[in-house]
Amino acid sequence: MAFGLAMLVVFLAVITTAAVVDGFVPPSHVQSIDPTKVSETPPFDHPGLRKVADGAYEAYYVARIFSFTPSDIEVPVGSRVTFYVTSADVEHGFSIPATGVNTMVTPGWVSEVSHTFRDRGTYLLVCNEYCGSGHQLMAAKVEVK
Amino acid sequence: MASTTPRIPTAADALALSRAQGDLLVLTHIYTATLVLGVGALFGMLQGLSRANFIVMPPSFDYYRMLTAHGVLMALVFTTFFITGFFTYSTYTTMPRIRSVRLGWIGYCVMLVGTAMATVAILDGSASVLYTFYAPLKASPLFYFGATFLILGTWVVAADIFLNVARWKSENRDARIPLPAFLAACTMTMWIIATLGVVAEMCLLIPWSLGWTPGVDVGLTRMFFWYFGHPLVYFWIMGAYAIWYAVVPATFGGKIFSDALTRLTFIMLLLLSTPVGLHHQYLDPGIAAGWKWLHTVTTYGVVIPSFMTAFAIFATFELAARKAGVRGFIGTVRWLPWRNPVFAGPALGMILFIFGGFGGIVNNSYSMDVLVHNTMWIVGHFHITVGGPVALTFIGATYGLVPALTGRALFAPRLALIQVYTWFVGMSIMSLAMHWAGLLGSPRRTSDVSYFGAQGASTWHPEMVWAAVGGIIVALSVLMFIIVATGTYFADRRSTEEPRFAFAPTNEDAMDTPPVLDRLGRWGLVAVGLAVLAYAGPVIAQLHAHAYLAPGMKTW
Repeated sequence: MAFGLAMLVVFLAVITTAAVVDGFVPPSHVQSIDPTKVSETPPFDHPGLRKVADGAYEAYYVARIFSFTPSDIEVPVGSRVTFYVTSADVEHGFSIPATGVNTMVTPGWVSEVSHTFRDRGTYLLVCNEYCGSGHQLMAAKVEVK
Repeated sequence: MASTTPRIPTAADALALSRAQGDLLVLTHIYTATLVLGVGALFGMLQGLSRANFIVMPPSFDYYRMLTAHGVLMALVFTTFFITGFFTYSTYTTMPRIRSVRLGWIGYCVMLVGTAMATVAILDGSASVLYTFYAPLKASPLFYFGATFLILGTWVVAADIFLNVARWKSENRDARIPLPAFLAACTMTMWIIATLGVVAEMCLLIPWSLGWTPGVDVGLTRMFFWYFGHPLVYFWIMGAYAIWYAVVPATFGGKIFSDALTRLTFIMLLLLSTPVGLHHQYLDPGIAAGWKWLHTVTTYGVVIPSFMTAFAIFATFELAARKAGVRGFIGTVRWLPWRNPVFAGPALGMILFIFGGFGGIVNNSYSMDVLVHNTMWIVGHFHITVGGPVALTFIGATYGLVPALTGRALFAPRLALIQVYTWFVGMSIMSLAMHWAGLLGSPRRTSDVSYFGAQGASTWHPEMVWAAVGGIIVALSVLMFIIVATGTYFADRRSTEEPRFAFAPTNEDAMDTPPVLDRLGRWGLVAVGLAVLAYAGPVIAQLHAHAYLAPGMKTW
């Protein structure tokens, strides 16, 4: 019991230190957008990849049943990519398994999540929240060359 | 049921009559839960076979419709009917005199009507929105009305329990409320506070589904849902804990370790179950990270009553074993009545709960959650919690309750014993495979995880096959349960042995229960205060954001 309580305090201390010192917090971007006007709202009117500096990219995604736009992006190995994602219809998920990229995509809000791709390969990007009858088809690719 | 005797009924007749009617009410709850478990398990097995690519569900009854039915029937209907039935029993059998069974029956009927409405909506395909019904997926109004009636019915059952306890307390001012009735009233108090969230959500969703409002604030509905969604889990756990504390010791002649500790555990669960829901929304946009951190802290708080329970249960085992002259860990384990399904069901559930609890601590770990959120890990986690300790405890209790309520002997007791062990094995295999698939990144709530043979998805299929194997074993186990539970009724063999189901006496060496642990009304107010403290900030932030409303959609 005492050991258990001590472990809880240790867990909390580790999590809080990681959050405050290293910025390890779950994706919690607060930016609203009209879900009925996504295709007219910059930058989501032209979704895709933007290079902001050497090795640094921003990727703007629109999730819409049952696909992501863009469906395929390519970045050099070692790039840090910040994903901005919004939904034009229902709740979606945005997950690249085996990386820390995982966020809900809620209509009315813009999600933000970043990742540095250190290994080459073709990464599968899936919708991991049920969005309708074609949910299992909703996937895209991130190619790291 | 009522008999037409010509003579004027005495007080003793009235008591016997009300007890008999109460028994029928509880029995109806238990058999409703049993039937729902059977249907839910069939859907569950078909899901496992679909995901492992052994079968493909026809478009006329697709995977997601089935998944909605499975989730709603298991998470919301089976558990709720069993728990409200068991707590009605806990109250009726420990109070010398009950008011009447009428209110209890009204509650049951409202729950049943709600369940029927929601089930029709799901089966006819107009509500494939899964059990979380996230807007702006828009089901038919029948689904939302049905879910609301199910909740309102439980409020009526809760009112029946509260009125009985209040009347008993007014007649016995200086005595402590009988422990089983206290656990019932405490859990139902928590449930009322928790379900206010889903009722608030329904106030947004019902007008919208009727076409009266053009859109909904999706973030707000999600926050209301998870305000309810996590204490829902504690509702199941409190139902199981009540049986662990008050019934399981009686199966080996033990005593409740401490009346005061049991009440304190339940009061802590009442206080801490609700102000924690944002840990289901760690990955939601639109909610600042600080609020999520606050709920991480409170969620760790709710671990404490579970530690207390683990301590008290092991102490109960050890004290009873020592009294019987048995010593040592191995000796105590061997001494326990593993061949009695009323003990073995809950006890096997306790073993699974050790793993469920550890997994829960991972899920709550703020930044670690990104690795498992919406993966099969989560599905594995709730199958080793609600599908393990909770369901096994309710099943074990059913093997005791049905003979106790009907005076009939348990049909095929060996089959009952095999049933709880096969459930344990099947659920362990299934849940382990699901956890593993989740660590490999496999998403949940997906009919097929092959993704056209994509490289990243290739490691997921073997785990899905193992999950299907476990699922088949659990489904066979449920079939055995149905045979034993219904067989007990229809075979109608009079029981000669003493009833298997009883509330254990309290350990008289434990400390006396202070009156403050009996003041449920006040603790309820503290619980409301904590819920307000934890949620006022995020809800006000959500309202202040003036989020754009999303129009409803039927995407299935």
